Amino acid sequence: MATPNTPLWEVFIRSRNGLAHKHVGSLHASDATLALQAARDIYTRRGEGLSIWVVPSSAITASDPAEKGMMFEPAESKIYRHPTFYDVPDEVGHM
Amino acid sequence: MAVASIQVSETPLVLYTLRRADDALILGHRLSEWCGHAPMLEEDMALANMGLDLLGQARELYSYAAKVEGKGNDEDKFAYLRDVRQYRNLLLLEQPNGDFAHTMVRQFFYAAFADLYWRAMMKSSDAMLAAIAAKSEKESAYHLRHSSEWILRLGDGTEESHARAQTAIDDLWAFTGEMFQVDDGERALIDAGIAVDPATLHSQWLKTVLSIVSEATLVLPKSDWMQQGGRSGRHSEHLGHLLSELQSMQRTFPGVTW
Repeated sequence: MATPNTPLWEVFIRSRNGLAHKHVGSLHASDATLALQAARDIYTRRGEGLSIWVVPSSAITASDPAEKGMMFEPAESKIYRHPTFYDVPDEVGHM
Repeated sequence: MAVASIQVSETPLVLYTLRRADDALILGHRLSEWCGHAPMLEEDMALANMGLDLLGQARELYSYAAKVEGKGNDEDKFAYLRDVRQYRNLLLLEQPNGDFAHTMVRQFFYAAFADLYWRAMMKSSDAMLAAIAAKSEKESAYHLRHSSEWILRLGDGTEESHARAQTAIDDLWAFTGEMFQVDDGERALIDAGIAVDPATLHSQWLKTVLSIVSEATLVLPKSDWMQQGGRSGRHSEHLGHLLSELQSMQRTFPGVTW
């Protein structure tokens, strides 16, 4: 069934062992409170999360896929930016 | 129907537990009827989730009733092999889904009650009932939140949603009194510290209901005439239809499993 006048929301979940909120999907809801409830019901049914963010999809500014070349290709030839040229001591742990 | 109904030895504690179990099963079944029919996918999932919460509560309560009764009955027999007159749920909960407003008002009236009820039951001297209450309370708290938010939006929404919400309140109000009634058997359990005295919850329930309903620009009916009967097996015509669907497989193919 169509859901007229119901804005789209992007859902972010922080999992039990996760460090940051991760995008998990989107949903329709008339306002932020209902979006949060719907996110709880749709995306945390199997114990996935400890925290939820919902963001209006319209608030997201996205990069243009047509500008892929200009945006991302210059980084691809610069392998020296990857920290693979030195050994990380074990004591440093998770980086 | 191919299979006869079971006999239940309704001692006060068995009856008390069955009443709570039947409440959960019947409301849970009603919510499951929305599956695939809700106004939007998000709400479809939410209603099914709440239905599953209630089904889980029913299973634990039926299992406990079976243990207390000790006559070889189990959760499935209680659910599938009792006739309408043996069901002990509140009349409120067997009322048809109607439109979305009716479903939400029914949920709201009951969740506002159930949340207080489970919280009080956590102090029961019966350890099993106290444990079931502790788990159920977290579920009913969310059901109350969910339905409250909808009552606010329906009541304070469009002209049509307001009218539908008000009609649902007017239609279902007379079934709310039954939540607060007890019989002699239950009174004895209350005195023994096992059961909850619902009368002690009424003022808080009314306060919760009134605050949400008023904020939603809706009103409660003036009438205080209350319908009753479900707790003693005198049901509306709707429950028989519900059970015929709920029980058809077990009645037709006894003991069938997936």
